[in-house]
Amino acid sequence: MTKLSTKHLLGIKELTADDIHLILHTAENFKEVINRPIKKVPSLRDITIANLFFENSTRTKLSFELAEKRLSADVVNFSSGSSSVKKGETLIDTVNNILAMKVDMVVMRHPNPGAAVFLSKHIDAKIINAGDGAHEHPTQALLDAFSIKEKLGSIKGKKIAIIGDILHSRVALSNIFCLQKLGAEVMVCGPTTLMPKYIHSLGVKVEHDLRKALEWCDVANMLRIQLERQDIKYFPSLREYTMLFGLNKDILDSLSKKIVVMHPGPINRGVEITSDVADSAQSIILEQVENGVAVRMAVLFLLAGRA
Amino acid sequence: MMKPRIILDSKLLDITVTRLCYQLIEIHNDFSNTVIIGLQPRGIFLASRIHKKLQEILKRKDIKYGSLDTTFYRDDFRQKELVPNATSIDFIIEGKNVIMVDDVLFTGRTIRAGLDAMLAFGRPNDVELLVLIDRRLSRHLPIQAKYIGKVIDSIASEKVKVEWKETDGVDKVTLLSND
Repeated sequence: MTKLSTKHLLGIKELTADDIHLILHTAENFKEVINRPIKKVPSLRDITIANLFFENSTRTKLSFELAEKRLSADVVNFSSGSSSVKKGETLIDTVNNILAMKVDMVVMRHPNPGAAVFLSKHIDAKIINAGDGAHEHPTQALLDAFSIKEKLGSIKGKKIAIIGDILHSRVALSNIFCLQKLGAEVMVCGPTTLMPKYIHSLGVKVEHDLRKALEWCDVANMLRIQLERQDIKYFPSLREYTMLFGLNKDILDSLSKKIVVMHPGPINRGVEITSDVADSAQSIILEQVENGVAVRMAVLFLLAGRA
Repeated sequence: MMKPRIILDSKLLDITVTRLCYQLIEIHNDFSNTVIIGLQPRGIFLASRIHKKLQEILKRKDIKYGSLDTTFYRDDFRQKELVPNATSIDFIIEGKNVIMVDDVLFTGRTIRAGLDAMLAFGRPNDVELLVLIDRRLSRHLPIQAKYIGKVIDSIASEKVKVEWKETDGVDKVTLLSND
C-alpha cells in the first residue's frame, strides 16, 4: 500500500483498513518531524489550501492550519461569520469563487451532514471533511486511533467505550467506523434518548450503565453534550446527566484496571468529565491534540500526492 | 528480459566496505567530530555496516549514527507514490562533519533532498557523500560522491539492484539490463 484508495477524505466510512494504516504510518513520521527543532518540511510548497469553516472551531481549525503550514502549503482562511455567506451566497458559489483563485485543496467544516460529499461532486479540488453536522469527523477519528495505538501499542482486539451524546456526535460515528475497521471492539454508552435509533445496525455494544461500560473497556472516549445541536430536551438536567454519566476520580479509581481516558474537546469540565480526571495521568487529551497535527499532515500529504 | 550481471558478490562487497572504512579513517581520524547519516530506505544498510565496521576497527562504541528519510523533501513526490520511512537522528549535527551514505548514486535527486532534510537538524560543518555504486553517466544534478565503492557506466534503462543480508538474505550487487 503506497497510496490512498480515495481522492478526498469525506468520511471514515469510505476508507479501507489499508488506507487507515497508511495514514497512521505516515503520521508517525510526521510526529517525529514536528518534534524537531525545525518543524517544517517543504512537501506541499506548491499547493494552496483553503480552510472553509462554516461552523465554529478552535482546535480543528488551528490544527489544520498548523499542519498545512508545517508542510509549507499556502493557506487561505475563511469563516462564515465574516463572509458573503451572510449575504445569501450558496455553498457551491462560495467555493467556486475561492477555487477560481486557484486553490488545490479545500478543508471544510459545515453544520449540514453530507456537505463535504455534496461539494466533492461539484467541485474540482480535493476535499477534506473537517466535520459535517452530526455525520462524520474523519481526522478526529484518525487522531484518536493514532493516540490509542501510540498508548496501547495496537488497536486490534482492544475495547473502546464511547460515552456521552452519541446521537449528535460526528466524532462517535467516525470513531466507530475507524475502530471497527482496525479490529477493535466498540461500545457506546449514554442515556437512551441520546442513542441513535439504528445504533444496533453499526455492530456496536450498547450500554446505559456508565460503571459497566468503564469496567468493560480499555479506553473511554468521553464526549461532550452537544447542546448547540439539541433542539429539544433530551434529559432532565445537566446535573442529573453528570451524576449518571459524568466521569470522576472516584469512579476511575474504583475500577479493577487502569483505563485510558480520551476526550475530543472542547471539554465541559464538571459535566462529562471532572477536572481531576481530565488532568490525570490516565488522560491522553493533550496527546490527542499534539497527534492531531501529525495526523492531519499525513492526510494532506497523502491526498496531495494523489494525481 | 532483464539479463542480470553480478557487479559485486558477497566477498567483494565486504572488501569494498572495509576499504571505504579505511578511507574514512584516513580523513576523519578517530571520528570525534564526525557523524554518519544513512539515507532511507536503502542507504541505511550500508551505513550501519560501515558504522559497525568503523567501531570494530577504531575500537570505540560511540560513533554517532542516524538514519534520514528524504520523502518530505523530494521534488517528485507527486509523480510517483512514496511512502515515508523513519528518521532517527538523536543528536544535533550543528558544527559536525557529516558523512552521508546511500547505496546507489544515480540522478542525484535523493542526495539533493537529503541535503535539504538534514538542515532540520542543524548546520553541519562539512558534508561528504559515500556511495556503494556510482552510476556516473546518469546524473541530473551537479552532485558527486567523495567515497565510492564502485563506479559503473550504465544507461538509464538498466537497473542496479543492491541486496543486503539483513533484508534480502544475501550480499550482492547486480546490474539488470534490457536486451
